[in-house]
Amino acid sequence: MNVVVCIKQVPDTEQPIRVKPDGSGIEEQGLNWILNYYDEHAVEEALRLRERHGGTVTVVCAGPARATEAIRTALAMGADEGILVSDPLLEGTDHLGLARALAQAIQRLSWDVVLCGRLATDDNAAVVGPALAEFLGVPQATAITRLEVGEGVARVEREVEGGVEVLEVQLPAVFTVERTINEPRYPTLPGIMRAKRQEIRTLTLADLGLAGAGAEGEAARVRYVRFDPPPRRETGEVIRPENPEEAAERIAAFLRDVAKVL
Amino acid sequence: MDFALREEYRLVQQTARAFAIAEILPQAARLDEEHRFPAEIVRRLGELGMMGILVPEAYGGAGMDTLAFVIALEEISRACAGTGAILAVNNSLVCDPILRFGTEEQKRRYLPILASGREIGCYCLTEPAAGSDAASLRTTAREDGPYWVLNGTKSFVTNGAEAWLAIVFARSEPTEGSRGISAFLVEKDRPGMVVARVERKLGINASSTCEVRLEDCRIPRENLLGSRGQGFRIAMHTLDGGRIGIAAQAVGIARAALEDALAYAQKRVQFGRRLVDFQAIQWKFADMSTRIEAARLLTYRAAWLRDRGSPHTLEASVAKLFASETAMWAAHQGMQVFGGYGYLRDYPAERHFRDARVTEIYEGTSEIQRFIIARRLLEGGNP
Repeated sequence: MNVVVCIKQVPDTEQPIRVKPDGSGIEEQGLNWILNYYDEHAVEEALRLRERHGGTVTVVCAGPARATEAIRTALAMGADEGILVSDPLLEGTDHLGLARALAQAIQRLSWDVVLCGRLATDDNAAVVGPALAEFLGVPQATAITRLEVGEGVARVEREVEGGVEVLEVQLPAVFTVERTINEPRYPTLPGIMRAKRQEIRTLTLADLGLAGAGAEGEAARVRYVRFDPPPRRETGEVIRPENPEEAAERIAAFLRDVAKVL
Repeated sequence: MDFALREEYRLVQQTARAFAIAEILPQAARLDEEHRFPAEIVRRLGELGMMGILVPEAYGGAGMDTLAFVIALEEISRACAGTGAILAVNNSLVCDPILRFGTEEQKRRYLPILASGREIGCYCLTEPAAGSDAASLRTTAREDGPYWVLNGTKSFVTNGAEAWLAIVFARSEPTEGSRGISAFLVEKDRPGMVVARVERKLGINASSTCEVRLEDCRIPRENLLGSRGQGFRIAMHTLDGGRIGIAAQAVGIARAALEDALAYAQKRVQFGRRLVDFQAIQWKFADMSTRIEAARLLTYRAAWLRDRGSPHTLEASVAKLFASETAMWAAHQGMQVFGGYGYLRDYPAERHFRDARVTEIYEGTSEIQRFIIARRLLEGGNP
């Protein structure tokens, strides 16, 4: 059972994000970059598949050179190999372009299952996983909360409104995982040392035979126009009523006249 | 000069921080309140490789260095200073001297177990009448055929109640002073070694501080660590590393004081404004943050020197002195931000205040550090 995990390096969600004054992006100075939380769960699920069925776990990441740190986090958790797809031409590409590049990198490997996090916490798009399945021409299930792999087929669960959906999916397939699927292990210090010694292969679009094939930034069909900071939250109003009746009356008045929800 | 941490150190920081926040912090107040040894946390720290950070992989450790050790220790201490003390002692006062001065056989016998977190070690140097003046210790080691026989009382032994292995310093030669001392490896189950008392203390309550008695405690000759009469040198070299560890622990406590006070000040409203909107409070945070940065850099420098094999006694003392006084000062300021609530057990500020205090005392008081620093200056060292 060979598993490929697609991962992304994202800004630490514990840190405040500042939008650049000209709205062209976010301020990267001083940002701490981490492995996307959802992808940690995907790596964990891949490691569990390997523990149960043998095989290998390969992590693939598209991003700038600094993204090797996210790959090393996955290697330190126990993944066998890491591949970075990195090319200045990818700058400004859209999700489809990225998925195309990742699919091409994955196609060169021997694999049975591709796992992705359900979404990346930086852009919340949840597009690359499904797009990847299309480019690879394999079935997919998104936001899965349970994965059991059998002979040529996987049984997965998805949480849906009011219940659990159980699906059977033919392999090879792409799955995006929900955070409730497992509890990821921590990278160990010996694992970090092992990861440090591992070579991470870097592939460019030319290496992938994708030069001029529509993955470049200039071929993007979706572009960022502007980033705006979220509107400043207004200070709340504190009311100091004399008694419960007055409190109820003033809250009702607020809901009716100001919030206009009554 | 490059102040950026290399990738593997950042990963150590991330993993230590994530574990500390998720697994240790939620228990810290209770461990302190109940004076409880965090056995399960120590076991898991062992699984993560944090109980034997400097121990090579061949002996079951992480195979990393002092810099990785201080980075991890700061994060663990930020969550729980007592757990930090347990980790600091096992790494710097037990594994480190076995690694540097032990025989191949000793390394193979003890290090894999100590690095795994299944068992921990303790360091028995101080005695009731030999504290800062360690060279005046009176515990004796007498040769008796294939054995050494140890007699004496050791005090302020961190991890003493739980330790499986003790490094004991005793006078083996008739010589007075520092040259007559040797170091010994004593397993807990050797008859004659008893934990006489678990002390009650102000802070770092997740770790035990004990009096250990040796009464005709017989150990095989091969349990001598290093050579005869080398004990004081081993003790001092080990303490240099230990002080770097305490500096890291102190930085962690100072950060806890700052971060908890900052979170509180962002919520607490007085006179219609949040506390952080008052300049008097902002300046406290600016000063705390500045001193913490300085303390951390001094700690990193001392660790870096030790890893290069360069002399670092002075730099370890400088880091330990500054970081411990920073922790005390930051804990004081942090409590001030909390106001009356800071004085209550319901909030973490008073725990940081109690935990910080010991960093100015153990592994050499601030006065001893100043003595070391001043002596270098008087000897004509670079100021």
